[in-house]
Amino acid sequence: MTTLNNRIDRRFAKLRSEGRKALVTYIVAGDGGLENTVDLMHQLVANGSDLIELGVPFSDPMAEGPVIQKGHERALEHKASLRKCLALIEEFRTKDAETPVILMGYANPIEKMGAEVFADALQAAGGDGALTVDLPAEEAVPLNELLRARDLRNIFLLTPTTSDERIAEITELASGFVYYVSLKGVTGAGHLDLDSVHENLTRIRRFTDLPLCVGFGIKDGASAKAVSADGDGAVVGSVLVSAVGESADAAAAKDRVGAIVGEMRSALDS
Amino acid sequence: MSKPSSPIDFGAYPDARGHFGEFGGRFVSETLISALDELREMYERLKNDPEFQAAFDYDLAHYVGRPSPLYLAERLTEAAGGARIWLKREDLNHTGAHKVNNTVGQALLAKHSGKSRVIAETGAGQHGVATATVAARLGLKCAVYMGAEDVKRQSPNVYRMKLLGAEVIPVESGSKTLKDAMNEAMRDWVTNVDDTFYIIGTVAGPHPYPQLVRDFNSIIGREARRQSLEQFGQLPDALVACVGGGSNAIGLFHPFLADESVKMYGVEAGGDGVETGRHAAPLNDGVPGVLHGNRTYLMEDEDGQIIETHSVSAGLDYPGVGPEHAWLRDIGRVEYVAANDDEALAAFRQLTRTEGILPALESSHAVAYALKLAATMRPDQNIVVNLSGRGDKDIFTVAAIDGIEV
Repeated sequence: MTTLNNRIDRRFAKLRSEGRKALVTYIVAGDGGLENTVDLMHQLVANGSDLIELGVPFSDPMAEGPVIQKGHERALEHKASLRKCLALIEEFRTKDAETPVILMGYANPIEKMGAEVFADALQAAGGDGALTVDLPAEEAVPLNELLRARDLRNIFLLTPTTSDERIAEITELASGFVYYVSLKGVTGAGHLDLDSVHENLTRIRRFTDLPLCVGFGIKDGASAKAVSADGDGAVVGSVLVSAVGESADAAAAKDRVGAIVGEMRSALDS
Repeated sequence: MSKPSSPIDFGAYPDARGHFGEFGGRFVSETLISALDELREMYERLKNDPEFQAAFDYDLAHYVGRPSPLYLAERLTEAAGGARIWLKREDLNHTGAHKVNNTVGQALLAKHSGKSRVIAETGAGQHGVATATVAARLGLKCAVYMGAEDVKRQSPNVYRMKLLGAEVIPVESGSKTLKDAMNEAMRDWVTNVDDTFYIIGTVAGPHPYPQLVRDFNSIIGREARRQSLEQFGQLPDALVACVGGGSNAIGLFHPFLADESVKMYGVEAGGDGVETGRHAAPLNDGVPGVLHGNRTYLMEDEDGQIIETHSVSAGLDYPGVGPEHAWLRDIGRVEYVAANDDEALAAFRQLTRTEGILPALESSHAVAYALKLAATMRPDQNIVVNLSGRGDKDIFTVAAIDGIEV
């Protein structure tokens, strides 16, 4: 049952009605300079991103591969924080009322702020949901209730090794969409096994009607199109973070990110 | 901090989901859950299996060299001028520290799991050496993650690990120390989980690690309890152990937790002094938070970022602490205090000169506090100090402080 009080739900409903796949894009807030992040978010949208995952920098990003780790380190050098991420969403909303934005990060900054303060602030800033990497289903219930009460969505990860029993438990809590991690490992790793993606998405589909987006290991338009064949969309992160990291300045980062997202959008729509 | 009104069944912790009160748990990405489930199920099955226990006991006796002595430090006692100070001699174990109790146990689990490769994180290198040692003995491939800063500071242990056949991987991310080595080992594990067993070195990390590392180290307290009754006819009045992650301390404390007359002191690294902020004493000066898979006391900034710690002892230089300690602190069963760098160094020299025992800088923190505590107690009272490791690895650090090139 999707209520359409949330931008994520509205976006996926629209995509489904148009028969299109979602392109979910991840960047680290503050990477390339806090003053450039909002501009970069608009650039993602302008080139075809349907939903933005704004990475909240953390000192110990345990599930990330080297590329995104470095993005977190750069962002921390720019003094990025959860509080500043919320301010960035607020600023983004002044020019974009409809593109959903979720915060993807780790539990400790939220613990420090206080889960209820965080949920209130996310709602007030115009955010739409959260994905907290190290808050698996059994530890997520309190935050989940706080988000749900505010019509905010809580996005969970599922993996090739998640048992049926856990899929049932997690999809019970999940809202917005489900993020399927396509391989064993950290972000940015390895090569995709499309047979496994197909098999697992079919398995997950038995438990939920939520949109299924596939991430980890997606490097270009072709891989984005391939993984989203059985699901509702693709999530791309490391290649964008890498582009930001390798760019000499904000203008160059904007160009490179725009080109990557544009190519993926065309591939998904082709 | 309030005393519990009814006796606590300490053996009932952690609960089924790994919680010690509000601490502990399993705060990891979904990508690690199935590996942790597999480990938990295997450990539940084996921990009460007589054959597994017999194999563990055999290795402790014949490979580690247990039981370790409980030694009355007479001249140290005289110098302190109060209670008798007994040293639980974990420094005499094979590889020179308590760490091997745990790696022998986890190596048996690795063998049962059928996995061909083990990995570990290490700070000072003691746990890395203990892991490389058991891997060599069992013919398992071994990779040890070590912060790049620590690789530079602890070159003898790096070479020791290489001699044992382990690959030492310097970690360049974050602060390039123990916490980052643990992040990197977790990343390796999640990527190579099909053939790799992760041997965590302390009572931190996601459930079931705090429980199983505690259980393997509890041999320290079980022996000390028996030896106390045999050697001085009663339970000790106080136990003292250093706390970084807290594995030697929980190993000593746990078998005594229900003995209400036994006071317990966990000694954290005070660095330049707890009041300076430059220390590694989260139980003295930290707040509850989530790191490395568990909820515990942490050293962090106002945004919840983990901050760098400071201690002369690399083995205590960690911004978190085992979740069971966090719980024992909050229920008031154990008192957590701190010893500063200079106090630990003074205790290092004093024990060396009065007893001919060179303690690890980690253990020197416990000795430093025990000296102060003994002075406040009667001569007929007894303190058991966990001498968790030997100090040979630290002579370069001490020499550098003295301005001497070794």
